[in-house]
Amino acid sequence: MHIVYRDKEWFVDQELTVNQMLKYLKLLPENVLVVRNGQLIAEDQKLQPGDEVKIVSVISGG
Amino acid sequence: MRCRRCENPGAINMRQHKLSLCTEHFPEWFLEQTQRSIKKYRMFTHAERVLVAVSGGKDSLALWDVLLRLGYHADGVYIDLGIDRGSSYSARSKDKAAAFASQHPAARLTVVDIPQLYGESIPQVAQRRHRPQRPCSICGLIKRHEMNRVALEGGYDVLATGHNLDDEAATLFGNVLHWQVDYLRHQFPVLPADGQGLARKVKPFCRFYERETAAYTLIRGIDYIEDECPYAVGATSLAHKETLNRMEHDSPGAKMHFYTNFLKAKETGLFAAEETAPELHPCPQCGQPTSAPDLCNFCRLWERTLNAH
Ligand code: SF4
Ligand SMILES: [Zn+2]
Ligand SMILES: [Zn+2]
Repeated sequence: MHIVYRDKEWFVDQELTVNQMLKYLKLLPENVLVVRNGQLIAEDQKLQPGDEVKIVSVISGG
Repeated sequence: MRCRRCENPGAINMRQHKLSLCTEHFPEWFLEQTQRSIKKYRMFTHAERVLVAVSGGKDSLALWDVLLRLGYHADGVYIDLGIDRGSSYSARSKDKAAAFASQHPAARLTVVDIPQLYGESIPQVAQRRHRPQRPCSICGLIKRHEMNRVALEGGYDVLATGHNLDDEAATLFGNVLHWQVDYLRHQFPVLPADGQGLARKVKPFCRFYERETAAYTLIRGIDYIEDECPYAVGATSLAHKETLNRMEHDSPGAKMHFYTNFLKAKETGLFAAEETAPELHPCPQCGQPTSAPDLCNFCRLWERTLNAH
């Protein structure tokens, strides 16, 4: 799968849950949302090797 | 986890509410909850005219969208601050606000162009006032003044901002860290009009986590500016939000209780308004109420000759 977060990207070819991915990237689920193939998904969902994953930061300043 | 309201997989799990909802039912819940907050704090009614402070970011565009879907008479105001810093921040955020407005012909967007109206952008005023790196307090002063002006001149009953619970909890955290009692007195989802030229101010999203307003804009496909204002980098409010989210991660609901229990405590009299509020008088130039002896702080900003020493 292809994972994009801000200006970084990763390629992973194994099945894992959203929670596992966030843990691996050291991101708190409280700070982000995860979009798979254009659809918002919760942390317990499984990601497949072919997925296009976008991590959206939700914390804004000001 | 399945959606609480149907069999679909959940798109968002809100651990603080033990509630998981799908892409169809989350927006429905989001509208219901906004309506509840509007009612609970008596923010406004369907008979009143609401002015939404729109920045082009997710919260304010989501708020405008929700109010229109709930059938409120809601217009928008965008303040063009003239901030560029190599990222065309103001120009791009204005485009987002304008694009949203163009998709909602019933709603009107007022654009206030600060450089055009007052001759200087926010960075230029900050430079002149010797605060080139930290324009935020000047920027806040200008935004508040101009939003209030547009609300009054346009005959709006209320000015609504997109502040979410994370914003409010971060502000509260900062105010408590420094025991800013005056600020604590004034922090509430509704600030009544003062009858002397200050519009009523409301925060209908004050009970949503930032993550939820982001989820709403994503699901609704609302195009917003993801980038921050370049001056927000390193803001203490961001650090406070991260601290609170670490606590929230270890103990779901911590952030919510921190804020909502503060509101409850206020309703029972904690940090009640001082009996001798500072005396206000109308600014001789703009007419907005001020406690300053002569011109208000906003009008003094533009008094170049006075500040040139
Ligand atoms: S970060 Fe500061 S300068 Fe930028 S919009 Fe917010 S208050 Fe204004
Ligand atoms: Zn559902
Ligand atoms: Zn004035």
